[in-house]
Amino acid sequence: MVAPEQPLLPGEEVLGPEFERKAEEIIGQYPASRRSASLPLLHLWQEEFGFLSERAVEWISTKLGLKPIHILELVTFYPMLHVRPSGRINFKVCRTLSCALAGSHELFAQIRARCGATVAAGHGIYVSPDGSYSVEFVECLAACGSAPAMMVDEEEFERATIDTVERILAESREKEAAQGA
Amino acid sequence: MAQDGAVPNPTREHRIILRYADLPGYTPDIDCYLQHGGYQQLRKALAMDPAAIVAEVKASGLRGRGGAGFPTGTKWGFIDHAKNRKPVYLLCNADESEPGTFKDRQILYKDPHQLIEGMIISSFANHAHLAYIYIRGEMARGARILERALAEARAKNFLGANILGSGYDLDIFVFRGAGAYICGEETGLIESLEGKRAYPRIKPPYFPAALGLYLCPTIVNNVETLCNVKHIVEMGGAAYAKIGTPNNTGTRIWCVSGDVCRPGYFEYDGGAITMGELLYDVCGGIRNGNRLKALIPGGSSAKVLRAGEVYRIRRKNAAGAMEEVEMRLEDLPLDFDTIAASGSMSGSGGIIVMDHTRDMVECLDNLSAFYAHESCGQCTPCREGALWMRKVLDRMTGGQGRPEDPQLLLDLAGQIAGRTICAFGEACSWPVESFVAKFREEFESKAVAKEEQGRLQATH
Repeated sequence: MVAPEQPLLPGEEVLGPEFERKAEEIIGQYPASRRSASLPLLHLWQEEFGFLSERAVEWISTKLGLKPIHILELVTFYPMLHVRPSGRINFKVCRTLSCALAGSHELFAQIRARCGATVAAGHGIYVSPDGSYSVEFVECLAACGSAPAMMVDEEEFERATIDTVERILAESREKEAAQGA
Repeated sequence: MAQDGAVPNPTREHRIILRYADLPGYTPDIDCYLQHGGYQQLRKALAMDPAAIVAEVKASGLRGRGGAGFPTGTKWGFIDHAKNRKPVYLLCNADESEPGTFKDRQILYKDPHQLIEGMIISSFANHAHLAYIYIRGEMARGARILERALAEARAKNFLGANILGSGYDLDIFVFRGAGAYICGEETGLIESLEGKRAYPRIKPPYFPAALGLYLCPTIVNNVETLCNVKHIVEMGGAAYAKIGTPNNTGTRIWCVSGDVCRPGYFEYDGGAITMGELLYDVCGGIRNGNRLKALIPGGSSAKVLRAGEVYRIRRKNAAGAMEEVEMRLEDLPLDFDTIAASGSMSGSGGIIVMDHTRDMVECLDNLSAFYAHESCGQCTPCREGALWMRKVLDRMTGGQGRPEDPQLLLDLAGQIAGRTICAFGEACSWPVESFVAKFREEFESKAVAKEEQGRLQATH
């Protein structure tokens, strides 16, 4: 749940024609009720811009002919929806029993230490002071048989260790170097 | 994804649903599926009368694989198509998020067309022309695999208008959840799909078949259940009913996690394997040379079973008469009815194993943290009670236990179960009631203040 001291950030996001096209395609999948497109549009926005701003709530509610509160109540209910930017690399570590038995809590502490994720950003997310890295616990990633489970963006990692984390960080550095070159 | 299920199976595993999923070279592509006989059952079904398909599903004895084990054919039969004038919707519940359960993901990621074929047949049988797959938000990759598979199916006219010239129209879309466990409850799922907070609906009506999505008749089935429909059409309901035991027909996928040497997912005929065989022969026993202490047999909300327990099970003998037999935990055949008779439930099929070194107060604290986080907050007993139980357990594992804590936990659990709109009240109470009752000495020992910090909860 969003704490009262964390109002939505204002947004200046630029929506391209491709974004508008995707939004219309999503709305078309719910012929009986445009309101059903609320959560899919929130996902679309978050994937594009990283988090949900005040602008996101206004734009989606207008698009669907709803009141902003109808969108805001989803933002504050669903744990995957974020009202603050998380790190450029966001580690999601499974907190629940099978993963805990396999050491996910130790892994969480290791990632926090490795990335310097010391700033509490609400919703249980810890971010590094420069905003590069973040780590959060999530409830059950449905990979209990190959615990501990972790996610970075859409990629899923099973039997994750701090070595897995090091590999992800190294790959990210390489990618950035290639882009900068 | 690691091949967590690709471990050798020395025992009588019978893969129907997972037959191809782990086959070397098998891909989620439609061509691969077609090469393995895919969509043949759809052709067969489209030539049948929808009512005849419902009758086959009833005859098969198929029980829902999502957790409650309700007979699928009966659920389908609740819609009176002669009187109904509203659209019918079919929803696939792919919001698998019961801790300990990871079976549906294997089907979604590795064999998506099996689910899609099962859904098309099920939609046809129930006169539905629009269906949605409600998939866990965390399974973003799974959602993309499914979207691709649906596009492939559309391109070959297995979906869309006039499917294979039958005159039947259907489309299926993927809907991603956003991390809320309560969306697995079928009316919560419907509310979420309608664009609202996933607050479960007040009952009655007890089934969305009466009043579901957009107040229309709606069938909600689990991934594994819908896949089974394809195989029922293939072999016929009567032949399917011969697999397993009466009332526990077909196969079930069991997921084993926690302190075993070889965790994974395994598919067996109903009642064909015992708990002991699964743990020791299939999963290689308890890891690190430790001993079994306890297990949760059907996802985290099932009541815990303690090693060394003996159960008095009433069951039908070969002659059909009722008899009562004594069984150890290891001897329990894995089926809906026997696990229920042991005082727990087979639920979603997720077995979580704890070895003798585990602190049961910490394990329960971990589960209670899950339920406190996941309560949707609609009903006061659940919202406040789940959090209160978690706070008591946090205090105990943090070394600040009080003598009254074990009884307080039991009182709280007793005040939640049965007093909420949905079964989440029971889901968060049953682990507490069973852990405290069966490991009373550990809870009493922790109910005394001492300086210590829980190992499983040390980091937040």
